[in-house]
Amino acid sequence: MASPLCIRGGRILDPVRGIDRVQDLWIQDGKIAGLGEDAPADVRSNKSAEVIQVPGAIVCPGLVDIHVHLREPGQEEKETIETGTRAAARGGFTTVACMPNTSPPLDDRPRIEYVIRRAEESGLARVHPIAAVTVGQMGERLTEIEDLVDAGAVAISDDGKPVRNAELMRRALELTRRLGVPVIQHAEDPDLKGDGVMHEGWTSTRLGMKGIPDAAESVMVARDALLAELTGGHVHVAHVSAARSVEIIRRAKARGIKMTAETAPHYLILTDEAVEGYDPRTKMNPPLRSAKDRDALIEAVADGTLDCLATDHAPHTEIEKDSDFDAAPFGIVGLETALGVLLKALVEPKHLSIPELILRMTANPLRVLGLPGGTLEAGTPADVTIFDPARRWTVRAAEFASMGRNTPFEGWELKGLVLLTMLGGKVTYRAQPLEVSAR
Amino acid sequence: MIGTRKDLLGLEDLEASEIVSILDTARTFREVLDRPIPKVPSLRGLTAANLFFEASTRTRLSFELAEKRLSADTVNFQTSGSSVSKGETLKDTARNIEAMGIHLVVIRHQASGAPHYLARNLDAGVINAGDGTHEHPTQGLLDIFTIRERRGKIQGLKVAILGDIMHSRVARSNIWGLTKLGASVTIAGPPTMMPFEVERFGVKVAKSVDEALEGADVVNILRIQLERQRSTLYSTLREYARVYGVTSERLKRAKPDVTVMHPGPMNRGVEIAQDVADGKNSVILEQVTNGVAVRMAVLYLLAGHKAAGEAASETPATETKKAHGEPSLHPRR
Repeated sequence: MASPLCIRGGRILDPVRGIDRVQDLWIQDGKIAGLGEDAPADVRSNKSAEVIQVPGAIVCPGLVDIHVHLREPGQEEKETIETGTRAAARGGFTTVACMPNTSPPLDDRPRIEYVIRRAEESGLARVHPIAAVTVGQMGERLTEIEDLVDAGAVAISDDGKPVRNAELMRRALELTRRLGVPVIQHAEDPDLKGDGVMHEGWTSTRLGMKGIPDAAESVMVARDALLAELTGGHVHVAHVSAARSVEIIRRAKARGIKMTAETAPHYLILTDEAVEGYDPRTKMNPPLRSAKDRDALIEAVADGTLDCLATDHAPHTEIEKDSDFDAAPFGIVGLETALGVLLKALVEPKHLSIPELILRMTANPLRVLGLPGGTLEAGTPADVTIFDPARRWTVRAAEFASMGRNTPFEGWELKGLVLLTMLGGKVTYRAQPLEVSAR
Repeated sequence: MIGTRKDLLGLEDLEASEIVSILDTARTFREVLDRPIPKVPSLRGLTAANLFFEASTRTRLSFELAEKRLSADTVNFQTSGSSVSKGETLKDTARNIEAMGIHLVVIRHQASGAPHYLARNLDAGVINAGDGTHEHPTQGLLDIFTIRERRGKIQGLKVAILGDIMHSRVARSNIWGLTKLGASVTIAGPPTMMPFEVERFGVKVAKSVDEALEGADVVNILRIQLERQRSTLYSTLREYARVYGVTSERLKRAKPDVTVMHPGPMNRGVEIAQDVADGKNSVILEQVTNGVAVRMAVLYLLAGHKAAGEAASETPATETKKAHGEPSLHPRR
């Protein structure tokens, strides 16, 4: 039996079990041994135990991000599975689900297995691949969904593109229903989006930029709600950006339709006005929308209409993003700023308590994918995140573990610093300095 | 300088007083253009680069002529931006400009905001000669200059701008400039070519061309382009001409001496009828001549203080102040 580890002095948050108290967290052999007195006596009395003092810090289940782009295979100039998961660890994440729009896309078993193997080699986060809905993400022929799920895919999605063909979407939902995995939809009507580059609003009018109306998203959300109802399948709506989409999801849920949804930190704190100045670091798809949309998203996160938060971490090279707005690719990185931005967007203005936020970054996203975990229950893998909610830090993209530097938050002062991230009892990230002592 | 500006990126950014100062300076240069030798040494020793990433004839010629009339050295770069990615081109171009020690950059680009990108990355002054569907400030200024020459003022004038407002950089620059100077602007065009919340520009949106022309002092008719990629926006030029084309019959609703403008190139018989284009109220060719004077003014105000030798000594900012905000301008005789 290896030496146990004790995390001492922190505020233990396990929102699934309603736990919020200062207590010791005991870890043994990569698993949670127990909280305080609930940990086995032999663990607590073990003389070789190591103690990490984290007074004032929050100790919670490892954060989960079910929407990241790790770019491997094929776009290793943007990010690799190793750098992406290192960024995850630095941001407090222990589990990520990665999108299949790699080059080539994750549309067959060997590629799914490749991602899983590379992630295991890196050992920095649990990586759950999401497989493509259609071969080559071309929107024409379904992939071998059962084989892909059997290989380890936790969902299917053509993210980056929508599943445009309604019949194909219907069939994908019918086929995934018995497998218990969702179809994750990048909800967008490609015709309505056209060659738009930002939200269609007064700012796009002023800047003379081609707009993407909110209806480009909401039309597809409405269609998919109807198809989920028709098939009994599970649609998960990725990166919801518009108030009208929220309204449709709310009604779909009330009707008992199996629809879940996520939004990303940037939509909760920025609006289309951030595009002023034509900085490509404010360019993502869906685009930053109006203040009204932002407020509706915050409300929907609070009331549970939006089930969880996900970053849509989308690294690009500096060369690609250092250009005029039109030429730059869509997407920003998010793993290393998510916690700080969400604390600022949701907790500081009191829309959410910290436990409520943590729930939406841990158990809730796992449940969307039908995965267990997201608690500090004894016997579960010791995936733990420790952060100091009061510690201020400044976003410096140059310090990111991600290869992507494309963040709109450069120079922002955020509160809430990740001190330590632990995956199955193994430290994957440790901020300097953190006091560790022998017992 | 215009204020303390390094660049002219759009009329949205300018104060009314800055616009007036440019117009007044342009007035002086307009006189220079009527001289037997229409050339002054104001920018001697400076080099201007005209970077046209999008095809243009009249704007490029107009800028080049303005630069030469001011004795600047000029270099031209024109590309359709086909093979190389736009981003790379712009970045590399910026580096090359820096390396060649160019003082002023005139840029036309198909991407809105491209001049802003260059302005952020260059010490040289940047003049926007049309960026995507954003602004075309010197066109706006020359239109306003032409109106002021014709009608003696801008304040209180009723100006109609007709056509594809959404994709028109000319419309945006005109609207900003005219409203800042107190004109009342009414726009009309196909609903599919009206940008979102366009009324927030401070303009009236008329339901028809007839309504917009009612009592107008000025009408500015935009070029209509029904390209393939915009085929969902409108049916045919024939339909457009019928519903939105300005004919002499329609023009009767405007003031009898209405000033008729068009930024060119015209689609005769489509957005503007032949007799309107060539009619007595048309100032379309005057716009072209005034364009050179206005561009001289902008170039001079942005870079005149950098010029070498005699020109520089004659154009200090101090003299500007003496003359009640009138910019000093002593072209050599």
